[in-house]
Amino acid sequence: MILESIVFYSLAVASVGSALLMVTRRNPVIAALYLILNFFCLAGLYLTLQAQFIAVIHILVYAGAIMVLFLFVIMLLNLGDERKLSDAISPRKIIAGGLSLALLLELLSIFVTGTEGLPEYNADQALQVGTVEYIGKQLFTKFLFPFEVTSILLLAAIIGAILLAKKKPD
Amino acid sequence: MGIQLYLYLSAILFMIGVVGVIARRNAIIVFMSIELMLNSVNLTLVAFSAFLGDVTGQMLVFFVMTVAAAEAAIGLAIIISLFRNKQTVNLDEINILKW
Repeated sequence: MILESIVFYSLAVASVGSALLMVTRRNPVIAALYLILNFFCLAGLYLTLQAQFIAVIHILVYAGAIMVLFLFVIMLLNLGDERKLSDAISPRKIIAGGLSLALLLELLSIFVTGTEGLPEYNADQALQVGTVEYIGKQLFTKFLFPFEVTSILLLAAIIGAILLAKKKPD
Repeated sequence: MGIQLYLYLSAILFMIGVVGVIARRNAIIVFMSIELMLNSVNLTLVAFSAFLGDVTGQMLVFFVMTVAAAEAAIGLAIIISLFRNKQTVNLDEINILKW
C-alpha cells in the first residue's frame, strides 16, 4: 500500500512538472521532449490502475507515432528565431490564468462532491478488465461497429493529410 | 488510494493544457497542449474504468487515441500549409478567417 502511494505520488509530481515545463518552454523541440516525458508518466499511472493494454498502446501511439510526427514538423518548419514569437506578460495571459483557475476549481468541486458512493478499488477486478485478452475480446464483439468506423476515420485522415500538405492544389 | 487522487491529477493536467492553449501563441505548442488535455481526460476514463470494473472506459480511451492520431496528422498538415503561405506559426498573425 505504501509502495503504491510512493509510485503514484512520484509519477503525479513528475507528470505535473513536465506538463508545466512543456507549456512554458520557448523552444518547441524541448517542449516536445517534456511532453514525451509526460506521456511516459501517464503510462506509468495507467499501470498503477492495472490497465496494461492502454499503457502499452499509449506509449506506442503517442510517444512512438504522434510525437515523432511533431518533431518532424518542428524540424521541417525550422522556426529559427523563437524570440519573434516571444510573448511577455499580457492581459490575455492574466485572463488565461484566471479562467483556467476557475475551471480547475469547478472540476475539483465536482470531483469532491460527485465521487461519493463509488465502490472501493478492487485490484483483481481491475486486473481482469485491463488485460489484452479481455479488451481484444470486447473489441471484436461488443465494440465491433465503432472499431470498423475507426478505419474509415483513419482513411479520411490519411487522404486529408496528403491533400493538405500537397505542394500545389489542383 | 482513492479514485479522487487520479481525478484531481487529471483536473490539474487539464488546467495546464488550457493555460497552454490560451496563453501561448506558437501553433505547435498550442497543439501539444491539446494533446495534454486529451490525455488528462484519458486518465479520468481509465481511473473510472478500473474502479468500476467496466471495460467501456478503456474502450473509449482506445477510440480517443485513434481520433488523436488522426487529429495530429491533419492538424500538422494544416500547420505546414499555413507556414508555406505565411512563413509563420504565430497564431496572432494567422487571421485570414477573421471577418
